[in-house]
Amino acid sequence: MEWETVIGLEIHVQLSTQSKIFSGASTAFGAAPNSQACAIDLAMPGTLPVANEQAFRYAVMFGLAMNAEIGKRSVFERKNYFYPDLPKGYQTTQLEEPIVGPGVIDIELENGETKSIRLHHAHLEEDAGKSLHEDYQGMSGIDLNRAGTPLIEIVSEPDMRSAEEAVAYLKKIHSIITYLGISDGEMSQGSMRCDANVSVRLKGEEEYGTRCEIKNINSFKFVEKAINVEVERQIDLIEDGGKVVQETRLYDADKNETRSMRSKEVANDYRYFPCPDLLPVILDDDYIAEIKSTLPELPDAKRDRFVRDYNLSSYDATVLTAERATADFFETVAKTSGEPKLAANWVMVDLAAYLNKSEQKLSSCPVSAEHLAQLITRIKDGTISGKIAKQVFEAMTAGEGEPDSIIEKRGLKQVSDTGAIEKMVDEVIANNQAQVDNYKNADEQKRPKMLGFFVGQIMKASKGQANPQAVNEILLKKLNEQ
Amino acid sequence: MAVNQSDIEKLAELAKLEISTEAAGATADSISQVLELVDQLQAADTSGVAPMAHPLDAVQRLRADQVTETDQRDTLQAMAPATEDGLYLVPRVIE
Amino acid sequence: MHTKTIAQLIEGLRSKEFSSVELTRHYLQRIKERDGTYNSYITVTEEAALAQAEAADQRLAAGDDSPLCGVPIAHKDIFCTTGIRTSCGSKMLDNFIAPYDATIVENYQKAGAVMLGKTNMDEFAMGSSNETSYYGPVKNPWNTNCVPGGSSGGSAAAVAALLAPAATASDTGGSIRQPAALCNLTGLKPTYGRVSRWGMIAFASSLDQAGTLTRTAEDSAIMLNAMASFDAKDSTCVDQPLEDYTAGLSNSLQGLTIGIPEEYFGEGLNPQTAERVQAAIKVYESLGATTKSISLPHTHLAVPAYYVIAPAECSANLSRFDGVRYGHRCDDPKDLADLYKRSRGEGFGDEVKRRILVGTYALSAGYYDAYYNKAQQVRRLIKQDFVDAFNQVDVVLGPTSPSPAFEFGAKSDDPVAMYLEDIYTIATNLAGLPGLSIPCGMVDNKPVGLQLIGNYFAEGKLLNVAHQFQLATDFHQQLAPETA
Repeated sequence: MEWETVIGLEIHVQLSTQSKIFSGASTAFGAAPNSQACAIDLAMPGTLPVANEQAFRYAVMFGLAMNAEIGKRSVFERKNYFYPDLPKGYQTTQLEEPIVGPGVIDIELENGETKSIRLHHAHLEEDAGKSLHEDYQGMSGIDLNRAGTPLIEIVSEPDMRSAEEAVAYLKKIHSIITYLGISDGEMSQGSMRCDANVSVRLKGEEEYGTRCEIKNINSFKFVEKAINVEVERQIDLIEDGGKVVQETRLYDADKNETRSMRSKEVANDYRYFPCPDLLPVILDDDYIAEIKSTLPELPDAKRDRFVRDYNLSSYDATVLTAERATADFFETVAKTSGEPKLAANWVMVDLAAYLNKSEQKLSSCPVSAEHLAQLITRIKDGTISGKIAKQVFEAMTAGEGEPDSIIEKRGLKQVSDTGAIEKMVDEVIANNQAQVDNYKNADEQKRPKMLGFFVGQIMKASKGQANPQAVNEILLKKLNEQ
Repeated sequence: MAVNQSDIEKLAELAKLEISTEAAGATADSISQVLELVDQLQAADTSGVAPMAHPLDAVQRLRADQVTETDQRDTLQAMAPATEDGLYLVPRVIE
Repeated sequence: MHTKTIAQLIEGLRSKEFSSVELTRHYLQRIKERDGTYNSYITVTEEAALAQAEAADQRLAAGDDSPLCGVPIAHKDIFCTTGIRTSCGSKMLDNFIAPYDATIVENYQKAGAVMLGKTNMDEFAMGSSNETSYYGPVKNPWNTNCVPGGSSGGSAAAVAALLAPAATASDTGGSIRQPAALCNLTGLKPTYGRVSRWGMIAFASSLDQAGTLTRTAEDSAIMLNAMASFDAKDSTCVDQPLEDYTAGLSNSLQGLTIGIPEEYFGEGLNPQTAERVQAAIKVYESLGATTKSISLPHTHLAVPAYYVIAPAECSANLSRFDGVRYGHRCDDPKDLADLYKRSRGEGFGDEVKRRILVGTYALSAGYYDAYYNKAQQVRRLIKQDFVDAFNQVDVVLGPTSPSPAFEFGAKSDDPVAMYLEDIYTIATNLAGLPGLSIPCGMVDNKPVGLQLIGNYFAEGKLLNVAHQFQLATDFHQQLAPETA
């Protein structure tokens, strides 16, 4: 039997507003417990919400970036349930009339294909607080600093057919929100959270299978793992004659398994109804047009431009534009050095390897775009060879400063002085007479290969600093003179 | 629409209200009375009428994104039933 | 001093006939001596009142011309007051001390008014008799065997017993106007959005509106001047220019058209109450107004629609009372569910629980369309009735409540009978219109109220129409027995 996986994602993104969606309390991360929970956030009696304009602006930016319809009229509703991290006993959210309507976005798969994923809608809502389960006299502690932080919940259609597609979609959303600057997108801090609706069906079936909602997936890596392990579970279950039960399941990264969340089992009836404390939000065309005019260049447009302007491959351009910081970094290097191809290589290979190994972000990287550009310029103008450049780069990552001063301090300048090179060539020829004889006796076709030995010896003698082109020329001349 | 004791138990569960078994019957009766009153709505012809959640056709004003609140934790927690280290305490939340 | 209206007290304070401290002491003394009978106050704020009175006297001495400066008033215990308990008539909030003031409390403070205390009320403003208060029932100063009406029964009794010259109140379905009728007072519910709801503990957010209980329409105008303001903290508060509500009081009623809805004089209306109202119509005709019979065809659906919408909203509004951050918490909860259920079960009284359950039902899966949505559709029809009416008439007139004050316990076991108390007042809340009740006579030595309903933001017109009636009649000047 061949199974097909069906996945839809619900992504919660915290918006980078200064204040909360319905109160003037700060949204800064990491404050002392409840120091950023004001009377409104605590649902003190008699307090009332007033909606934050910036949250709407960010949501509209997102909608425009997703080629989606913008809800010119959107309505907040109350979703009723009791939980200690939900002070009002209801979450203020949007249901019937969300701020962002249907849209569509392309994702790039590793095989180079693109696929369209439909957006069902995205809505604005408030985040809940946090329950801390350390032992407080056998009780849980509630921190409501996060309560009221604005979120957009981005709900896809069940258009993804593999964990890989789900990850690509999630990365695309991450890329868009960070390009827009509407969220820091930090999954580790919970700024971006993902729930996956997963079901399986026999290939060719029209109807969807029963789905499970997987919660608590807090990294790109876990999205893939959680979906795969859940798909496996569902297939095993069905093949053993069982039935998938619609439920909420929690992903346990340590055990790499999903398990049923019994606490959510009780049939919930959220009793949504329009929030009487908040009025419909009406956005006019001018407001939306004004936001549209200030949208930054988005990943797809940037990728196309990189291909066009810098003559990059589509793959390279996609990699370089996945994150705005990387794209901006690359572009500075490319423009400053005038060598886009080299710039792309350095950013995608050397810099990426360094960041990966040192587990750093570009923002905290000791190598600036200007310095990398200078390094590339020095390769281009023959001051250093590509090989020496790697040494210089390593010194740059160690915080030794700009390439020119590293080259100077360490005496890495390439030797182009013909007199000095001639001397080295003579020495090598004199010390390796046997190889010289072999060379002389060899066929014309075999000689270039044999030349490598002499070049290697000379480069070794020069500690890599001899200009390879000059070495080649002089070596050929001298060997022919023998 | 009349409700019975088990309906009341379900509603009380949703509303998180303790209603003793002895009281549930009487509660069911009185709520059935209220529902009988509101059932008069069913006779109204409301075809094509848009529901009206607010009395005025007003539009939400939006607030500028500014932090206007300062830390008032000590004052706000002064009347809390149980706190420790600035946290509100509740019986253990099980995930 | 205590028989004076606010307008007269302002005169007395200005002419230095008495100081604010003297006046305040006088009221505090009366409360001490007499409120044992009525139970109109939950909290008397003697110390704060005297401090405010002293400050007001200094302001007056410095030539402050704020009209209410130095005038003592009482606040319904639904309005949050910094540092002073705000109980909302509930055990749930018996220990609740807000760290903020309701906007209207702040407005009165700025105007220099002195707060005597917090008045009794039906629990969370749910009731029409003040019998649901955790702090015990309030007695009607006109007949202490009878209820004062509700939910603002404490405010009404305090003013009627001359234990405050005026009081703030709130009206979700008639909670200002019905007690005004039952206690021979002038009760004004402004247009929804005219007065800020910030700091007023919510019952049903789309219906709640703060207003006043006074002895005259003129006093209402003075009180509303200080109470109304635009408040950015309340999204539903309307940013409309404020007016001086006293300015048009003496306008003539020549050319005024009064609509008399036939549906307000049908079955269920006490015949003697009907007579008093009919007599009032004659007074208006003698003042030059024209009366016109109109129809508000969806009137009979107002109470049913209300008893879906108000409970639905309250079921969510009251979810915040969960025993976690403030308010009543049960002893030794064994788990989270137990904490919620017992804290709420113990903290709320029967009527509050009943409405939460009705609201939960009306919003629950499978019933939303038939109840909540249907009620909101009917609400639009009810509003449209009024819109049509105000195309033909300037104000609508009818009885405030179907009969005069009833005895304690008469309706407390029959919720539906109690709900029908508000049959004439509820529609204005659903539509968001301003409404006012003024005294129009007695039945069996119990006051009868005349209701006037105005168009949106026509409080000035309503007060003018009420004031002219009070110039022509003396019903409002009659004082409850043993109060003078």
